[in-house]
Amino acid sequence: MESVTGAIAFWILAVAIIGCAVLVLTVPNIFHSALFLVGCLGGIAGIYILLNADFLAAVQILIYIGAVAVMLIFGIMLTQDVVKSNVSNHYRIPALGLSGAFLVILLTAIFGTNWQTQSPSTEASTGSIADALFSNYILPFELSSVVLLTAIIGAIVIAKER
Amino acid sequence: MSNEIISFFNTFLSTSQSEAMATFVGIFFLINFVIIIVAFMTLLERRLLGRLQNRIGPNRTGPNGLLQPFADVIKLLTKEDIVIPAADRWPFNIAPLLALMPALSVWIVIPFAPTWILADLDIGILFVIAITGVSVIGVFMSGWASANKFALLGSMRSVASIISYEVPMILAIIAVVLLVGSMSMQQIVLFQSIPLVLVQPASFVIFLLAIVAELNRSPFDIVEAESEIIAGYHTEYTGMKFATFFLAEYTAALAWSAVVVTLFLSGWRIPFVQADIHPFIDGLVFLIKTIFVFCIFVWFRGTWPRLRIDQILGFSWKVLFPIATLNLVITAIEVLVFNDVFAVAEGETLPTIALVAMGLINIAIFIVVGIALNKFIKPIDQEPQSYPVTREGMTL
Repeated sequence: MESVTGAIAFWILAVAIIGCAVLVLTVPNIFHSALFLVGCLGGIAGIYILLNADFLAAVQILIYIGAVAVMLIFGIMLTQDVVKSNVSNHYRIPALGLSGAFLVILLTAIFGTNWQTQSPSTEASTGSIADALFSNYILPFELSSVVLLTAIIGAIVIAKER
Repeated sequence: MSNEIISFFNTFLSTSQSEAMATFVGIFFLINFVIIIVAFMTLLERRLLGRLQNRIGPNRTGPNGLLQPFADVIKLLTKEDIVIPAADRWPFNIAPLLALMPALSVWIVIPFAPTWILADLDIGILFVIAITGVSVIGVFMSGWASANKFALLGSMRSVASIISYEVPMILAIIAVVLLVGSMSMQQIVLFQSIPLVLVQPASFVIFLLAIVAELNRSPFDIVEAESEIIAGYHTEYTGMKFATFFLAEYTAALAWSAVVVTLFLSGWRIPFVQADIHPFIDGLVFLIKTIFVFCIFVWFRGTWPRLRIDQILGFSWKVLFPIATLNLVITAIEVLVFNDVFAVAEGETLPTIALVAMGLINIAIFIVVGIALNKFIKPIDQEPQSYPVTREGMTL
Protein backbone atom coordinates (compact mmCIF):
# COMPACT_ATOMS: atom_id res chain seq x y z
CA MET A 1 0.00 0.00 0.00
CA GLU A 2 2.93 2.34 -0.45
CA SER A 3 1.42 3.66 -3.65
CA VAL A 4 -0.60 6.86 -3.69
CA THR A 5 -3.67 5.19 -5.20
CA GLY A 6 -3.60 2.61 -2.42
CA ALA A 7 -3.51 5.33 0.20
CA ILE A 8 -6.35 7.25 -1.48
CA ALA A 9 -8.44 4.09 -1.70
CA PHE A 10 -7.73 3.31 1.95
CA TRP A 11 -8.86 6.76 3.15
CA ILE A 12 -11.99 6.73 1.01
CA LEU A 13 -12.88 3.29 2.38
CA ALA A 14 -12.07 4.29 5.95
CA VAL A 15 -14.26 7.39 5.79
CA ALA A 16 -17.06 5.41 4.15
CA ILE A 17 -16.89 2.64 6.75
CA ILE A 18 -16.93 5.01 9.72
CA GLY A 19 -19.62 7.17 8.12
CA CYS A 20 -21.81 4.11 7.53
CA ALA A 21 -21.17 2.87 11.06
CA VAL A 22 -22.24 6.20 12.54
CA LEU A 23 -25.34 6.29 10.33
CA VAL A 24 -26.29 2.75 11.42
CA LEU A 25 -26.73 4.15 14.92
CA THR A 26 -28.24 7.53 14.11
CA VAL A 27 -30.83 7.02 11.35
CA PRO A 28 -34.36 6.65 12.77
CA ASN A 29 -35.52 3.98 10.29
CA ILE A 30 -34.24 0.53 11.30
CA PHE A 31 -34.34 -0.74 7.70
CA HIS A 32 -32.05 2.11 6.67
CA SER A 33 -29.63 1.25 9.47
CA ALA A 34 -29.52 -2.34 8.20
CA LEU A 35 -28.64 -1.03 4.72
CA PHE A 36 -25.88 1.16 6.14
CA LEU A 37 -24.58 -1.88 8.00
CA VAL A 38 -24.32 -3.61 4.60
CA GLY A 39 -22.29 -0.64 3.34
CA CYS A 40 -20.03 -0.80 6.37
CA LEU A 41 -19.37 -4.53 5.94
CA GLY A 42 -18.76 -4.05 2.21
CA GLY A 43 -16.18 -1.37 2.97
CA ILE A 44 -14.34 -3.78 5.26
CA ALA A 45 -14.24 -6.26 2.37
CA GLY A 46 -12.66 -3.45 0.33
CA ILE A 47 -9.95 -3.04 2.99
CA TYR A 48 -9.23 -6.78 2.73
CA ILE A 49 -8.84 -6.44 -1.04
CA LEU A 50 -6.36 -3.58 -0.52
CA LEU A 51 -4.38 -5.90 1.76
CA ASN A 52 -4.33 -8.61 -0.96
CA ALA A 53 -6.42 -10.91 1.26
CA ASP A 54 -8.74 -11.92 -1.58
CA PHE A 55 -10.07 -15.04 0.15
CA LEU A 56 -11.01 -13.08 3.28
CA ALA A 57 -12.70 -10.39 1.17
CA ALA A 58 -14.85 -12.94 -0.68
CA VAL A 59 -15.78 -14.70 2.55
CA GLN A 60 -16.58 -11.34 4.18
CA ILE A 61 -19.03 -10.54 1.36
CA LEU A 62 -20.43 -14.08 1.27
CA ILE A 63 -21.06 -14.43 4.99
CA TYR A 64 -21.61 -10.92 6.30
CA ILE A 65 -23.51 -9.39 3.38
CA GLY A 66 -24.94 -12.49 1.72
CA ALA A 67 -26.01 -14.24 4.91
CA VAL A 68 -25.92 -12.17 8.13
CA ALA A 69 -27.22 -8.89 6.73
CA VAL A 70 -29.85 -10.68 4.65
CA MET A 71 -31.15 -12.56 7.69
CA LEU A 72 -31.19 -9.28 9.61
CA ILE A 73 -33.27 -7.56 6.93
CA PHE A 74 -35.50 -10.62 6.69
CA GLY A 75 -36.16 -10.33 10.42
CA ILE A 76 -36.93 -6.62 10.12
CA MET A 77 -39.40 -7.25 7.30
CA LEU A 78 -41.21 -9.96 9.23
CA THR A 79 -41.70 -7.58 12.17
CA GLN A 80 -42.99 -4.59 10.27
CA ASP A 81 -44.33 -2.79 13.34
CA VAL A 82 -40.79 -2.22 14.53
CA VAL A 83 -40.30 0.39 11.82
CA LYS A 84 -43.39 2.41 12.58
CA SER A 85 -42.89 2.51 16.34
CA ASN A 86 -40.01 4.10 18.20
CA VAL A 87 -37.10 1.68 18.31
CA SER A 88 -35.42 3.09 21.42
CA ASN A 89 -36.00 1.35 24.74
CA HIS A 90 -35.08 1.58 28.42
CA TYR A 91 -31.75 -0.21 28.19
CA ARG A 92 -29.66 2.85 27.41
CA ILE A 93 -27.49 2.84 30.53
CA PRO A 94 -26.75 -0.93 30.53
CA ALA A 95 -25.99 -0.70 26.79
CA LEU A 96 -23.63 2.21 27.40
CA GLY A 97 -21.83 0.26 30.13
CA LEU A 98 -21.53 -2.87 27.99
CA SER A 99 -20.28 -1.06 24.88
CA GLY A 100 -17.91 1.03 27.01
CA ALA A 101 -16.41 -2.14 28.50
CA PHE A 102 -16.03 -3.58 25.00
CA LEU A 103 -14.36 -0.38 23.81
CA VAL A 104 -11.85 -0.59 26.69
CA ILE A 105 -11.04 -4.21 25.77
CA LEU A 106 -10.57 -3.25 22.11
CA LEU A 107 -8.38 -0.26 22.94
CA THR A 108 -6.11 -2.29 25.24
CA ALA A 109 -5.80 -4.89 22.47
CA ILE A 110 -5.04 -2.23 19.84
CA PHE A 111 -2.42 -0.44 21.92
CA GLY A 112 -0.98 -3.66 23.34
CA THR A 113 -0.29 -5.18 19.92
CA ASN A 114 3.09 -4.74 18.30
CA TRP A 115 1.93 -3.78 14.78
CA GLN A 116 4.18 -4.82 11.93
CA THR A 117 4.43 -2.34 9.09
CA GLN A 118 5.37 -4.51 6.15
CA SER A 119 3.69 -4.43 2.77
CA PRO A 120 1.19 -7.27 2.22
CA SER A 121 2.47 -10.28 0.34
CA THR A 122 1.24 -10.66 -3.21
CA GLU A 123 0.97 -14.42 -2.94
CA ALA A 124 -2.38 -16.17 -3.04
CA SER A 125 -3.69 -16.41 0.52
CA THR A 126 -6.19 -19.25 0.11
CA GLY A 127 -3.70 -22.09 0.45
CA SER A 128 -1.94 -20.65 3.50
CA ILE A 129 -5.29 -19.97 5.22
CA ALA A 130 -6.33 -23.58 4.56
CA ASP A 131 -3.01 -24.91 5.88
CA ALA A 132 -3.31 -22.85 9.06
CA LEU A 133 -6.98 -23.71 9.54
CA PHE A 134 -6.54 -27.47 9.21
CA SER A 135 -3.30 -27.82 11.19
CA ASN A 136 -2.67 -25.29 13.98
CA TYR A 137 -6.24 -24.10 14.41
CA ILE A 138 -8.08 -27.38 13.84
CA LEU A 139 -9.61 -27.37 17.34
CA PRO A 140 -11.25 -23.90 17.10
CA PHE A 141 -12.38 -24.79 13.59
CA GLU A 142 -14.10 -27.99 14.72
CA LEU A 143 -15.51 -26.27 17.82
CA SER A 144 -17.08 -23.53 15.72
CA SER A 145 -18.78 -26.13 13.53
CA VAL A 146 -20.16 -27.81 16.66
CA VAL A 147 -21.48 -24.42 17.84
CA LEU A 148 -23.16 -23.86 14.47
CA LEU A 149 -24.68 -27.34 14.56
CA THR A 150 -26.04 -26.62 18.03
CA ALA A 151 -27.57 -23.39 16.76
CA ILE A 152 -29.27 -25.20 13.86
CA ILE A 153 -30.69 -27.92 16.11
CA GLY A 154 -31.80 -25.27 18.60
CA ALA A 155 -33.60 -23.34 15.86
CA ILE A 156 -35.41 -26.49 14.72
CA VAL A 157 -36.47 -27.31 18.29
CA ILE A 158 -37.78 -23.78 18.87
CA ALA A 159 -39.59 -23.63 15.52
CA LYS A 160 -41.16 -27.07 15.87
CA GLU A 161 -44.91 -27.06 16.39
CA ARG A 162 -46.00 -28.41 19.75
CA MET B 1 -5.29 -9.82 -26.16
CA SER B 2 -4.55 -7.85 -23.00
CA ASN B 3 -0.84 -7.78 -23.87
CA GLU B 4 -1.59 -6.19 -27.23
CA ILE B 5 -3.71 -3.51 -25.58
CA ILE B 6 -0.99 -2.85 -22.99
CA SER B 7 1.67 -2.48 -25.69
CA PHE B 8 -0.62 -0.11 -27.60
CA PHE B 9 -0.98 2.16 -24.57
CA ASN B 10 2.72 1.80 -23.80
CA THR B 11 3.53 3.96 -26.81
CA PHE B 12 2.37 7.06 -24.94
CA LEU B 13 1.92 6.03 -21.26
CA SER B 14 4.02 4.47 -18.52
CA THR B 15 3.74 0.73 -17.81
CA SER B 16 1.47 0.89 -14.77
CA GLN B 17 -0.73 3.51 -16.45
CA SER B 18 -1.12 1.45 -19.59
CA GLU B 19 -2.01 -1.62 -17.53
CA ALA B 20 -4.73 0.38 -15.81
CA MET B 21 -5.95 1.69 -19.18
CA ALA B 22 -5.96 -1.84 -20.63
CA THR B 23 -8.14 -3.00 -17.72
CA PHE B 24 -10.47 -0.07 -18.29
CA VAL B 25 -10.78 -0.85 -22.01
CA GLY B 26 -11.31 -4.52 -21.18
CA ILE B 27 -14.16 -3.71 -18.78
CA PHE B 28 -15.73 -1.36 -21.33
CA PHE B 29 -15.71 -3.96 -24.11
CA LEU B 30 -16.83 -6.74 -21.79
CA ILE B 31 -19.86 -4.85 -20.44
CA ASN B 32 -20.99 -3.74 -23.88
CA PHE B 33 -20.45 -7.17 -25.38
CA VAL B 34 -22.37 -8.87 -22.58
CA ILE B 35 -25.28 -6.44 -22.72
CA ILE B 36 -25.65 -6.77 -26.49
CA ILE B 37 -25.59 -10.57 -26.23
CA VAL B 38 -28.15 -10.38 -23.42
CA ALA B 39 -30.43 -8.21 -25.58
CA PHE B 40 -30.43 -10.90 -28.24
CA MET B 41 -30.93 -13.59 -25.58
CA THR B 42 -34.27 -12.01 -24.65
CA LEU B 43 -35.30 -12.33 -28.28
CA LEU B 44 -34.01 -15.91 -28.44
CA GLU B 45 -36.01 -16.80 -25.33
CA ARG B 46 -39.22 -15.30 -26.71
CA ARG B 47 -38.83 -17.00 -30.09
CA LEU B 48 -37.90 -20.35 -28.57
CA LEU B 49 -40.67 -20.17 -25.98
CA GLY B 50 -43.06 -19.35 -28.80
CA ARG B 51 -41.99 -22.46 -30.68
CA LEU B 52 -42.31 -24.59 -27.52
CA GLN B 53 -45.84 -23.28 -27.04
CA ASN B 54 -46.75 -23.91 -30.69
CA ARG B 55 -46.80 -20.28 -31.80
CA ILE B 56 -44.36 -18.12 -33.75
CA GLY B 57 -43.18 -15.42 -31.34
CA PRO B 58 -42.08 -11.87 -32.22
CA ASN B 59 -41.00 -11.84 -35.88
CA ARG B 60 -42.24 -8.47 -37.17
CA THR B 61 -39.48 -6.00 -36.20
CA GLY B 62 -36.67 -6.34 -38.70
CA PRO B 63 -35.65 -9.59 -40.41
CA ASN B 64 -36.96 -12.50 -38.30
CA GLY B 65 -37.65 -10.05 -35.47
CA LEU B 66 -33.95 -9.36 -35.01
CA LEU B 67 -34.55 -5.69 -34.19
CA GLN B 68 -37.10 -6.50 -31.46
CA PRO B 69 -34.63 -5.94 -28.55
CA PHE B 70 -33.85 -2.43 -29.82
CA ALA B 71 -37.54 -1.61 -30.15
CA ASP B 72 -38.05 -2.82 -26.58
CA VAL B 73 -35.22 -0.66 -25.30
CA ILE B 74 -36.53 2.45 -27.06
CA LYS B 75 -40.00 1.78 -25.68
CA LEU B 76 -38.71 1.39 -22.13
CA LEU B 77 -36.46 4.46 -22.36
CA THR B 78 -39.30 6.73 -23.43
CA LYS B 79 -41.73 5.55 -20.74
CA GLU B 80 -42.52 7.77 -17.79
CA ASP B 81 -40.40 7.21 -14.72
CA ILE B 82 -42.91 6.92 -11.86
CA VAL B 83 -41.78 7.11 -8.25
CA ILE B 84 -44.82 6.54 -6.06
CA PRO B 85 -45.16 9.06 -3.20
CA ALA B 86 -45.17 6.36 -0.50
CA ALA B 87 -41.89 4.92 -1.78
CA ASP B 88 -38.73 5.06 0.27
CA ARG B 89 -36.92 7.16 -2.30
CA TRP B 90 -33.23 6.29 -1.93
CA PRO B 91 -33.53 2.50 -1.63
CA PHE B 92 -36.16 2.58 -4.39
CA ASN B 93 -33.72 4.23 -6.82
CA ILE B 94 -30.57 2.32 -5.84
CA ALA B 95 -32.17 -1.15 -5.87
CA PRO B 96 -32.09 -1.73 -9.68
CA LEU B 97 -28.39 -0.87 -9.81
CA LEU B 98 -27.64 -3.15 -6.88
CA ALA B 99 -29.44 -5.94 -8.71
CA LEU B 100 -27.48 -5.38 -11.93
CA MET B 101 -24.00 -4.91 -10.43
CA PRO B 102 -23.40 -8.54 -9.29
CA ALA B 103 -24.66 -9.99 -12.58
CA LEU B 104 -22.13 -7.89 -14.51
CA SER B 105 -19.32 -8.49 -11.99
CA VAL B 106 -19.45 -12.26 -12.55
CA TRP B 107 -18.05 -11.73 -16.06
CA ILE B 108 -14.76 -10.50 -14.60
CA VAL B 109 -13.65 -14.05 -13.82
CA ILE B 110 -15.20 -15.85 -16.82
CA PRO B 111 -12.50 -17.21 -19.17
CA PHE B 112 -13.49 -16.76 -22.82
CA ALA B 113 -10.19 -18.13 -24.14
CA PRO B 114 -6.75 -19.01 -22.69
CA THR B 115 -5.75 -15.33 -22.55
CA TRP B 116 -9.16 -13.67 -22.69
CA ILE B 117 -10.04 -13.25 -19.05
CA LEU B 118 -10.28 -9.92 -17.28
CA ALA B 119 -8.86 -11.18 -13.99
CA ASP B 120 -7.91 -14.79 -13.35
CA LEU B 121 -8.54 -14.52 -9.63
CA ASP B 122 -7.18 -17.24 -7.42
CA ILE B 123 -10.59 -17.40 -5.73
CA GLY B 124 -12.56 -17.34 -9.04
CA ILE B 125 -15.61 -19.46 -8.25
CA LEU B 126 -15.79 -18.21 -4.65
CA PHE B 127 -15.90 -14.67 -6.04
CA VAL B 128 -18.86 -15.67 -8.23
CA ILE B 129 -20.79 -17.10 -5.27
CA ALA B 130 -19.97 -14.14 -3.02
CA ILE B 131 -20.82 -11.40 -5.50
CA THR B 132 -24.09 -12.96 -6.66
CA GLY B 133 -25.19 -13.13 -3.03
CA VAL B 134 -25.28 -9.33 -3.01
CA SER B 135 -28.12 -9.21 -5.55
CA VAL B 136 -30.49 -10.38 -2.79
CA ILE B 137 -30.01 -7.00 -1.10
CA GLY B 138 -31.23 -5.27 -4.27
CA VAL B 139 -34.35 -7.44 -4.37
CA PHE B 140 -34.94 -6.71 -0.70
CA MET B 141 -34.53 -2.96 -1.10
CA SER B 142 -36.96 -2.81 -4.01
CA GLY B 143 -39.53 -4.93 -2.18
CA TRP B 144 -39.27 -2.79 0.90
CA ALA B 145 -39.11 0.61 -0.74
CA SER B 146 -42.11 0.01 -3.01
CA ALA B 147 -44.53 0.29 -0.06
CA ASN B 148 -46.55 -2.49 -1.65
CA LYS B 149 -47.39 -5.79 0.00
CA PHE B 150 -47.04 -7.78 -3.21
CA ALA B 151 -43.56 -6.40 -3.73
CA LEU B 152 -42.70 -7.25 -0.13
CA LEU B 153 -44.09 -10.77 -0.52
CA GLY B 154 -42.09 -11.23 -3.70
CA SER B 155 -38.81 -10.28 -2.07
CA MET B 156 -39.51 -12.48 0.97
CA ARG B 157 -40.16 -15.44 -1.32
CA SER B 158 -36.97 -14.69 -3.23
CA VAL B 159 -34.85 -14.83 -0.12
CA ALA B 160 -36.49 -18.01 1.16
CA SER B 161 -35.74 -19.85 -2.07
CA ILE B 162 -32.26 -18.39 -2.59
CA ILE B 163 -31.13 -19.29 0.94
CA SER B 164 -32.38 -22.86 0.49
CA TYR B 165 -30.81 -23.46 -2.90
CA GLU B 166 -27.47 -21.86 -2.09
CA VAL B 167 -26.65 -24.83 0.16
CA PRO B 168 -26.85 -27.65 -2.45
CA MET B 169 -25.33 -25.33 -5.07
CA ILE B 170 -22.23 -24.65 -2.98
CA LEU B 171 -21.92 -28.33 -2.04
CA ALA B 172 -21.97 -29.20 -5.76
CA ILE B 173 -19.29 -26.60 -6.47
CA ILE B 174 -17.12 -27.86 -3.59
CA ALA B 175 -17.11 -31.33 -5.20
CA VAL B 176 -15.73 -29.80 -8.41
CA VAL B 177 -13.17 -27.66 -6.57
CA LEU B 178 -12.04 -30.69 -4.58
CA LEU B 179 -11.46 -32.60 -7.79
CA VAL B 180 -9.67 -29.79 -9.61
CA GLY B 181 -7.69 -28.60 -6.59
CA SER B 182 -8.13 -24.92 -7.47
CA MET B 183 -10.86 -22.28 -7.36
CA SER B 184 -9.43 -20.35 -10.31
CA MET B 185 -11.83 -20.47 -13.27
CA GLN B 186 -8.97 -20.79 -15.77
CA GLN B 187 -7.46 -23.69 -13.82
CA ILE B 188 -10.83 -25.44 -13.76
CA VAL B 189 -11.04 -25.19 -17.56
CA LEU B 190 -7.45 -26.34 -18.05
CA PHE B 191 -8.13 -29.35 -15.81
CA GLN B 192 -10.97 -30.63 -17.98
CA SER B 193 -9.33 -32.96 -20.46
CA ILE B 194 -12.81 -34.47 -20.52
CA PRO B 195 -15.82 -32.31 -19.59
CA LEU B 196 -16.57 -32.56 -15.88
CA VAL B 197 -20.23 -33.21 -16.59
CA LEU B 198 -19.15 -36.77 -17.40
CA VAL B 199 -17.04 -37.05 -14.25
CA GLN B 200 -19.49 -35.33 -11.89
CA PRO B 201 -23.00 -35.92 -13.26
CA ALA B 202 -24.70 -35.47 -9.87
CA SER B 203 -22.95 -32.13 -9.26
CA PHE B 204 -24.00 -30.94 -12.69
CA VAL B 205 -27.68 -31.75 -12.19
CA ILE B 206 -27.77 -30.25 -8.69
CA PHE B 207 -25.94 -27.13 -9.82
CA LEU B 208 -28.20 -26.63 -12.83
CA LEU B 209 -31.39 -26.96 -10.77
CA ALA B 210 -30.00 -24.76 -7.99
CA ILE B 211 -29.13 -21.93 -10.35
CA VAL B 212 -32.56 -22.07 -11.97
CA ALA B 213 -33.92 -21.47 -8.44
CA GLU B 214 -31.26 -18.83 -7.76
CA LEU B 215 -32.27 -17.00 -10.94
CA ASN B 216 -35.95 -17.18 -9.97
CA ARG B 217 -36.77 -18.66 -13.33
CA SER B 218 -39.58 -21.06 -14.11
CA PRO B 219 -40.45 -23.54 -12.56
CA PHE B 220 -39.08 -21.80 -9.45
CA ASP B 221 -40.41 -18.34 -10.36
CA ILE B 222 -42.65 -17.84 -7.34
CA VAL B 223 -40.87 -14.52 -6.80
CA GLU B 224 -42.70 -12.91 -9.67
CA ALA B 225 -45.61 -15.28 -10.09
CA GLU B 226 -47.93 -13.10 -12.17
CA SER B 227 -51.06 -14.99 -11.20
CA GLU B 228 -50.36 -14.63 -7.48
CA ILE B 229 -48.45 -11.45 -6.67
CA ILE B 230 -48.60 -9.31 -9.84
CA ALA B 231 -44.90 -8.96 -10.69
CA GLY B 232 -43.23 -9.45 -7.33
CA TYR B 233 -40.55 -7.05 -6.23
CA HIS B 234 -40.58 -4.90 -9.37
CA THR B 235 -44.32 -4.27 -9.39
CA GLU B 236 -43.92 -0.52 -8.81
CA TYR B 237 -41.05 0.06 -11.23
CA THR B 238 -41.48 1.66 -14.63
CA GLY B 239 -39.37 2.76 -17.55
CA MET B 240 -35.64 2.38 -17.36
CA LYS B 241 -35.63 1.21 -13.74
CA PHE B 242 -37.80 -1.73 -14.68
CA ALA B 243 -35.55 -2.31 -17.69
CA THR B 244 -32.55 -2.46 -15.35
CA PHE B 245 -34.20 -5.21 -13.32
CA PHE B 246 -35.06 -7.05 -16.53
CA LEU B 247 -31.48 -6.65 -17.76
CA ALA B 248 -30.12 -7.84 -14.41
CA GLU B 249 -32.25 -10.96 -14.60
CA TYR B 250 -31.10 -11.92 -18.08
CA THR B 251 -27.48 -10.92 -17.50
CA ALA B 252 -27.48 -13.16 -14.43
CA ALA B 253 -29.03 -16.00 -16.44
CA LEU B 254 -26.34 -15.70 -19.11
CA ALA B 255 -23.59 -15.30 -16.49
CA TRP B 256 -24.67 -18.46 -14.68
CA SER B 257 -24.82 -20.27 -18.04
CA ALA B 258 -21.21 -19.20 -18.58
CA VAL B 259 -20.32 -20.51 -15.11
CA VAL B 260 -21.98 -23.86 -15.91
CA VAL B 261 -19.95 -24.05 -19.12
CA THR B 262 -16.74 -23.21 -17.25
CA LEU B 263 -17.31 -25.69 -14.44
CA PHE B 264 -18.86 -28.63 -16.23
CA LEU B 265 -18.68 -28.29 -20.03
CA SER B 266 -14.92 -27.66 -20.32
CA GLY B 267 -15.21 -23.91 -20.97
CA TRP B 268 -13.53 -22.69 -24.16
CA ARG B 269 -12.04 -26.12 -24.98
CA ILE B 270 -13.35 -27.81 -28.09
CA PRO B 271 -14.54 -31.34 -27.25
CA PHE B 272 -12.00 -34.07 -28.16
CA VAL B 273 -9.53 -31.49 -29.50
CA GLN B 274 -6.69 -31.07 -27.02
CA ALA B 275 -4.73 -28.50 -29.00
CA ASP B 276 -5.29 -24.82 -28.33
CA ILE B 277 -6.35 -23.09 -31.56
CA HIS B 278 -6.97 -19.39 -32.14
CA PRO B 279 -8.54 -17.37 -29.23
CA PHE B 280 -11.35 -16.25 -31.54
CA ILE B 281 -12.40 -19.85 -32.18
CA ASP B 282 -12.14 -20.63 -28.48
CA GLY B 283 -14.31 -17.61 -27.66
CA LEU B 284 -16.85 -18.68 -30.27
CA VAL B 285 -16.97 -22.22 -28.87
CA PHE B 286 -17.47 -20.78 -25.39
CA LEU B 287 -20.29 -18.55 -26.59
CA ILE B 288 -22.06 -21.41 -28.39
CA LYS B 289 -21.88 -23.58 -25.28
CA THR B 290 -23.17 -20.73 -23.12
CA ILE B 291 -26.13 -20.11 -25.40
CA PHE B 292 -26.82 -23.85 -25.40
CA VAL B 293 -27.06 -23.84 -21.58
CA PHE B 294 -29.29 -20.76 -21.76
CA CYS B 295 -31.57 -22.68 -24.12
CA ILE B 296 -31.85 -25.40 -21.47
CA PHE B 297 -33.29 -22.75 -19.12
CA VAL B 298 -35.79 -21.73 -21.78
CA TRP B 299 -36.67 -25.37 -22.30
CA PHE B 300 -37.31 -25.77 -18.54
CA ARG B 301 -39.53 -22.72 -18.63
CA GLY B 302 -41.53 -24.04 -21.53
CA THR B 303 -41.95 -27.51 -20.02
CA TRP B 304 -42.63 -27.37 -16.29
CA PRO B 305 -45.47 -25.63 -14.48
CA ARG B 306 -44.74 -23.40 -11.52
CA LEU B 307 -44.18 -25.14 -8.17
CA ARG B 308 -45.65 -24.12 -4.82
CA ILE B 309 -43.27 -22.59 -2.30
CA ASP B 310 -43.43 -25.55 0.10
CA GLN B 311 -42.65 -27.91 -2.80
CA ILE B 312 -39.70 -25.73 -3.80
CA LEU B 313 -38.20 -25.56 -0.32
CA GLY B 314 -38.94 -29.24 0.33
CA PHE B 315 -37.23 -30.25 -2.91
CA SER B 316 -34.11 -28.36 -1.93
CA TRP B 317 -33.80 -29.67 1.63
CA LYS B 318 -35.17 -33.18 1.24
CA VAL B 319 -33.84 -34.18 -2.19
CA LEU B 320 -31.00 -31.97 -3.44
CA PHE B 321 -29.25 -31.43 -0.12
CA PRO B 322 -28.81 -35.15 0.79
CA ILE B 323 -27.72 -36.02 -2.75
CA ALA B 324 -25.22 -33.14 -2.78
CA THR B 325 -23.78 -34.24 0.57
CA LEU B 326 -23.50 -37.86 -0.56
CA ASN B 327 -21.85 -36.72 -3.79
CA LEU B 328 -19.35 -34.60 -1.88
CA VAL B 329 -18.35 -37.48 0.40
CA ILE B 330 -17.98 -39.88 -2.53
CA THR B 331 -15.89 -37.33 -4.46
CA ALA B 332 -13.64 -36.72 -1.46
CA ILE B 333 -12.96 -40.46 -1.08
CA GLU B 334 -12.38 -40.84 -4.82
CA VAL B 335 -9.92 -37.94 -4.95
CA LEU B 336 -7.92 -39.43 -2.07
CA VAL B 337 -7.90 -42.96 -3.51
CA PHE B 338 -7.16 -41.96 -7.12
CA ASN B 339 -4.36 -39.62 -6.11
CA ASP B 340 -2.83 -42.57 -4.26
CA VAL B 341 -3.40 -45.15 -7.00
CA PHE B 342 -2.06 -42.99 -9.83
CA ALA B 343 0.75 -41.63 -7.60
CA VAL B 344 -0.02 -37.99 -8.41
CA ALA B 345 2.75 -35.73 -7.14
CA GLU B 346 2.17 -32.44 -5.32
CA GLY B 347 1.04 -29.73 -7.75
CA GLU B 348 0.08 -32.18 -10.50
CA THR B 349 -3.41 -33.12 -11.62
CA LEU B 350 -5.02 -36.48 -12.26
CA PRO B 351 -4.39 -38.08 -15.68
CA THR B 352 -7.25 -38.41 -18.15
CA ILE B 353 -7.56 -42.16 -17.64
CA ALA B 354 -8.21 -41.53 -13.92
CA LEU B 355 -10.96 -39.06 -14.81
CA VAL B 356 -12.56 -41.60 -17.15
CA ALA B 357 -12.52 -44.26 -14.44
CA MET B 358 -13.91 -41.82 -11.89
CA GLY B 359 -16.60 -40.76 -14.34
CA LEU B 360 -17.70 -44.37 -14.94
CA ILE B 361 -17.97 -44.98 -11.18
CA ASN B 362 -19.89 -41.76 -10.62
CA ILE B 363 -22.30 -42.33 -13.49
CA ALA B 364 -23.00 -45.84 -12.14
CA ILE B 365 -23.65 -44.46 -8.64
CA PHE B 366 -25.79 -41.67 -10.12
CA ILE B 367 -27.98 -44.15 -12.02
CA VAL B 368 -28.32 -46.49 -9.02
CA VAL B 369 -29.23 -43.62 -6.68
CA GLY B 370 -31.67 -42.25 -9.26
CA ILE B 371 -33.45 -45.61 -9.58
CA ALA B 372 -33.51 -46.02 -5.80
CA LEU B 373 -34.96 -42.55 -5.30
CA ASN B 374 -37.56 -43.18 -7.95
CA LYS B 375 -38.55 -46.47 -6.32
CA PHE B 376 -38.50 -45.70 -2.61
CA ILE B 377 -39.29 -42.02 -2.27
CA LYS B 378 -42.83 -40.89 -2.96
CA PRO B 379 -43.33 -37.51 -4.63
CA ILE B 380 -44.29 -34.64 -2.35
CA ASP B 381 -48.00 -34.52 -3.04
CA GLN B 382 -49.70 -33.72 0.24
CA GLU B 383 -51.33 -30.35 0.73
CA PRO B 384 -49.56 -27.88 3.03
CA GLN B 385 -50.88 -28.23 6.58
CA SER B 386 -51.86 -24.64 7.28
CA TYR B 387 -53.28 -22.81 4.33
CA PRO B 388 -55.62 -19.89 4.95
CA VAL B 389 -59.04 -20.62 3.44
CA THR B 390 -61.79 -18.07 2.84
CA ARG B 391 -65.45 -18.73 3.57
CA GLU B 392 -66.09 -19.66 -0.04
CA GLY B 393 -63.44 -22.35 0.24
CA MET B 394 -60.79 -20.56 -1.81
CA THR B 395 -57.20 -20.76 -0.73
CA LEU B 396 -55.43 -17.45 -0.37
